[in-house]
Amino acid sequence: MASSALAIPRRSARATAREHLGDLAVRAGTFVLVLAALWAGWEAYRWLWMREGWTRPFVVDETTMPRIHEIVGQLFERLQPGGPLLIELLFDAAIFTAKEAAVGFALGASVGFALGVVLAHSRLLQRGLLPYVIASQTVPILAVAPLVVVYLGSLNVPAWFSVSVISAYLTFFPVTINTLRGLHSADARAVELMRSYAAGRWSLLWKVRVPASLPYIFSALKVSATASVVGAIIGELPSSIQEGLGGAILNFNQYYTLDPASLWATNIIAALLGITFFIAVHLAERLVVRRAPENVA
Amino acid sequence: MSVVELQGVSKSFGRDVTALEGIELKIEQGEFISLIGPSGCGKSTLLRIMGDLVEPSSGRVVVNGKTARQARIDREYGIVFQDAVLFDWRTVLRNISLPLELSGWDRRRRKGRVREMLELVELTGFGDHYPWQLSGGMQQRVSIARALSFDPALLLMDEPFGALDEMTRERLNLELLQIWARSASTIVFVTHSIAEAVFLSTRVVVMSARPGRISDVVSIDLPQPRTGLTREDPHFFELVTEVREALHLGSDGERGTAQASAGDPAV
Repeated sequence: MASSALAIPRRSARATAREHLGDLAVRAGTFVLVLAALWAGWEAYRWLWMREGWTRPFVVDETTMPRIHEIVGQLFERLQPGGPLLIELLFDAAIFTAKEAAVGFALGASVGFALGVVLAHSRLLQRGLLPYVIASQTVPILAVAPLVVVYLGSLNVPAWFSVSVISAYLTFFPVTINTLRGLHSADARAVELMRSYAAGRWSLLWKVRVPASLPYIFSALKVSATASVVGAIIGELPSSIQEGLGGAILNFNQYYTLDPASLWATNIIAALLGITFFIAVHLAERLVVRRAPENVA
Repeated sequence: MSVVELQGVSKSFGRDVTALEGIELKIEQGEFISLIGPSGCGKSTLLRIMGDLVEPSSGRVVVNGKTARQARIDREYGIVFQDAVLFDWRTVLRNISLPLELSGWDRRRRKGRVREMLELVELTGFGDHYPWQLSGGMQQRVSIARALSFDPALLLMDEPFGALDEMTRERLNLELLQIWARSASTIVFVTHSIAEAVFLSTRVVVMSARPGRISDVVSIDLPQPRTGLTREDPHFFELVTEVREALHLGSDGERGTAQASAGDPAV
């Protein structure tokens, strides 16, 4: 009957694939273009400031702004004769930090989600606890990190796990806030509908509120994914862990005046790690969240 | 025994707004009742009171011999809103089976029932689509299938076709009547459209606003089953006129102007 008139127009698979490829090409092109523009901007700034001898906002020389190709080239240098390439060193360090950050992210996301669910179910708890949750984020992580390391260290917890806890500390907050908001975002009529089915709180939570909150939670997870990497790097500093990117940053920081390119190179690797985490969450979102295209947060 | 029995039902919001006052109504098994009235007459509120989504301020609501609350707990209500309120993250199939999941049906039974339901609303083959891949009319049919999936004693419909275009609406009216005939359910239907109310119903309950009251009940004695031709029956027009006049009597004079300025507290 009439459903044929209402059928969805389907495009041929080939047309979709072609569109997909075109889309991919545009994206790759944009990426390269922006990268080139940033590179050019850096070099142009450097050249102009050095030629004019401008000293504001800071003096530009080989130390403050190394050439980009020197930074990239540094990745393929050996710091000691016969030793590994810098990029190999940094790759191992990044893997180490990634482990800490991944555990911290998982921990923070779980705790953040659970806290959001608890707060969403009790106005009293929300009033009582939320100020402290917020306060926890106003305390500088650099002040908290040594405490965590000392406390957990006294419990014979491995040092890398202390770092994960510090990373989780930076991770959980956005997840809590967005879970709270997402759980309340469920359509009021959907809630009425569940009421009419005599659904319990648990069913309402898992079948309506949590699925409705997923786009919100994933927005938070994207913020948290990068924050967990930053948390892990910062956490490594007071816990005297040498194997990670934090250790590398601390180390190259001390030799900055002699060898600025190594620190910059390390920053690039750290940024790539953060981006990798972000992309992982983004891909997970695409797998998990089923929404009308216009409703994806 | 009546399916629904309302005795002296009133509802106030806050101190000043009386949404409903002194509602008396009995609905028998297999009836198709339309509630019609101007904005603010509390027809949606009345529907929600029957479904135990809103508590009346006073009066008694008996559904199948039980309190409305008990009837809700026993899953005797199927509800359809103006928007389909489907879950984006569930396929059509899983949307329809949601109430069955909640009632603890096993997977095989659910599957069988959902297939029947898709057939009933003529959406066979669309089970694996997501709601946002369907047109508005199709979404509303999924919503009806979901509401009927667990054989509720009472189907409550709050302007279910209000957001659809006229042609889709007329077609869905016919389909709804077929579904009603096949499933032998009792339907309470809120609408703004006089023609729709007359076409569908066995009785039309005409309400007036401020405070919301039942001003008239018009029995629709058009022959069953109704078809496209029913709309051209002279008696159909007589009944439409009768309902229209009942509506105007109910909202005459000053009330008419008050109604235009004030909002709709019932929604």
